Amino acid sequence: MTPGSRRRRPDRGLVRPYVVTEGRACPTRNTLDLVTLLIAADDLPLTGLNPEKRRLMELCRPGALSVAEVAGHLSLPVSVVKVLIADLMDSGHIVTRAAIPSAQPSDARILQEVLDGLRSLL
Amino acid sequence: MGSAPSSDRGAVGHAAAGHHSGVHVGPGVRTAAKLLVVGHFAVGKTTFVGALSEIRPLHTEELMTQAGALVDDLAGVSGKTTTTVAMDFGRLTLSDSLVLYLFGAPGQHRFTRLWQDMTRGALGALVLADTRRLSSSFDVMGVLEELAIPYAVAVNEFPGAPAHTLDEIREALDLLDETPLVRCDARDRASSARALIALVEYLQSRTGHARPLEQA
Repeated sequence: MTPGSRRRRPDRGLVRPYVVTEGRACPTRNTLDLVTLLIAADDLPLTGLNPEKRRLMELCRPGALSVAEVAGHLSLPVSVVKVLIADLMDSGHIVTRAAIPSAQPSDARILQEVLDGLRSLL
Repeated sequence: MGSAPSSDRGAVGHAAAGHHSGVHVGPGVRTAAKLLVVGHFAVGKTTFVGALSEIRPLHTEELMTQAGALVDDLAGVSGKTTTTVAMDFGRLTLSDSLVLYLFGAPGQHRFTRLWQDMTRGALGALVLADTRRLSSSFDVMGVLEELAIPYAVAVNEFPGAPAHTLDEIREALDLLDETPLVRCDARDRASSARALIALVEYLQSRTGHARPLEQA
């Protein structure tokens, strides 16, 4: 692909986002939050995965990371990363941690835990 | 903003160097909570996140193709069909089972899509304010109120900024009596933690369950 007349920002990757997502703008599932924790299956081969998905798997194999962290480490927009993650969930390469969703704003127990944790920093 | 997404990063180095706990989330972590750190351009959001984060604060950019493009002045920018919104965030492990993510982002109305994504599931927001530009905080607070996100306000004290009492600042910002207003130094870990504590105490008081529920 040639960049054509479009001026590219120097800190942008060589490959444009729509190439990474194979032209798709929306993930196959809509359950991913910025703080959804991702765990990589370590028993599935990475053959057939495109370079970005492979990097994503290698990033997550040593331990869990949130969607936002994966986007930051891969230097890809969150919307692009969500498409990749949804594919990898479909193929069984990625699972999200437990069935516990990110905190609900009204969850008093979570608030207390957060408060205790912050106080322990002082 | 769209043309200089990285310029909001604080000049002061983040203070996280002394408490790194590795890149990955701990193996026992089951819950990820989210708090927002919002405020106008160059108010110290990234510095604040960096002071508390155990990881080097990460940076992502989101491509905005519609809402932003309509508002952006594209005259003279040939071929520009998208704009980018920068988001900086950090992580703080609060217990064996809980991590807290702090998301710092600009509070402009035109970034509504990013806001909806970023704020989903957020416990609340800390609005950073600068006494030299208090009126710049209204836009941010307006967005939070529209999205019904509870917030506290922390005045990031810049050297040489005019000294006002908190009462004066409260009046200038037209805050509700219940909205917490504190001072903080975004470069200082303990000071930043205290500002978040004020926020979370407020969130707790709003739920009406000040004491912890029994663990499930």
